[in-house]
Amino acid sequence: MSNQEKEPMFSAKNLKLFTAPLGSDNPITVQVLGICSALAVTVKLKPAIVMALSVTIVVAVSNVVIAAMRKYIPDRIRIIVQLVVIATMVILVDQFLKAYAFDVSKQLSVFVGLIITNCIIMGRLEAFAMANKPWPSFIDGLGNGAGYGIILIIVAFFRELLGSGTIYGYPVIEKLGIYSTGYENNGMMILPPMALIALGIIIWVQRSRNKSLIEKK
Amino acid sequence: MKEFSNRYIFIFSAVMVIAVATLLSLAATLLQPRQQKNLEIEKKKSMLESIGIPSTHETTEVLYDKYIKESFVLNSKGEIVDGVDAFKVVLNVEQKKLLEQQYLPVFNATPDDGEKIIILPVEGKGLWGPIYGYVSLKSDMNTIYGVTFDHKGETPGLGAEINTTPFESMFNGKKLYEADKFVSIGVLKGGAKSGDPHNVDAISGGTITSKGLEKMLLDCIVKYNDYLLKNRN
Repeated sequence: MSNQEKEPMFSAKNLKLFTAPLGSDNPITVQVLGICSALAVTVKLKPAIVMALSVTIVVAVSNVVIAAMRKYIPDRIRIIVQLVVIATMVILVDQFLKAYAFDVSKQLSVFVGLIITNCIIMGRLEAFAMANKPWPSFIDGLGNGAGYGIILIIVAFFRELLGSGTIYGYPVIEKLGIYSTGYENNGMMILPPMALIALGIIIWVQRSRNKSLIEKK
Repeated sequence: MKEFSNRYIFIFSAVMVIAVATLLSLAATLLQPRQQKNLEIEKKKSMLESIGIPSTHETTEVLYDKYIKESFVLNSKGEIVDGVDAFKVVLNVEQKKLLEQQYLPVFNATPDDGEKIIILPVEGKGLWGPIYGYVSLKSDMNTIYGVTFDHKGETPGLGAEINTTPFESMFNGKKLYEADKFVSIGVLKGGAKSGDPHNVDAISGGTITSKGLEKMLLDCIVKYNDYLLKNRN
């Protein structure tokens, strides 16, 4: 890591930290982390978007905090330290939302607390922030948050459109008059199994376009 | 990764815990007044919603003072209890007491159409946590004027649909009584027949929340039975 000393802030390497999690190193579709929340909050677009933002903030800031103290964290209790940092961040975010953005905090309700258990965050702290400087860690956090968020939003878009006939709460299908042709919302889409199937289709599409992701037999 | 002594590890953890505890309690204490205020506004906003008056965070208090002027507390026999502020009664605390000792809040409202309305708070259990809301009745103490429900953490798109207008508006005009018998409102899986005065459609994928809501309405409103029968006109 010593060659990073004189690196410019937006070097190609740092930019790669941001772009890789969006595609070939996506935390959900490639590393298959954070599936649990991806199933839970993707019924509607709005909670998916707010969840994506909250996770991005928490993972970026926790990454910075851990990276800043990485040299002082005793190896034997590092997981506990990581959890304490994440939990503190999440509680702070929750408290601030309750005080200053009450409506959003109501929307998210239990999911804010569940960010603590999101494996992506601890995965990034353990795999990246413990071994890198704060700035690259920050970019890495943003990238992974965005990579997580983008999948959440894609899945939520299709589940909301096909399951409830709306996009961000706006009744598109009804306004287009498609119901009169005998079309009906697919109730299956709002149930958790369809999130898994939608996710599977995304992984399939991604792998068929990027052959390097396919494991050698 | 260099080795750290046990002493270092203990000191590190102690310092970390104290720092985090200080930070969190500071944040909680400083933000509490704002959070309390938000909850109060939220409560007023829900009550206004149950009588069909939309409000924003800013206009809630003014509208509340305009439309909801009177409130009082009943006991389980339907008699008015003096000296208790209905707005400050916390329903889930009351529900843990014996029925005879419970305070039952009632709010009187008069919307622009001149109808004399009473608003009753309800609270029960959904799938993940509490669900609650307000049911407002017309002056016949039987017909529902409007309802509003909310929840602590039901699943978005499934149980959480109870706080959406399409679900809540199904309750308008439904009847609580069949002659003098209290039958409440049922939430039916598979849908209620049109014109059925005592049932509404359940939410697909939200069966447990729907059942909880049905139980909440029955359990909470039946306590007002004596008062409702006495005051119907």
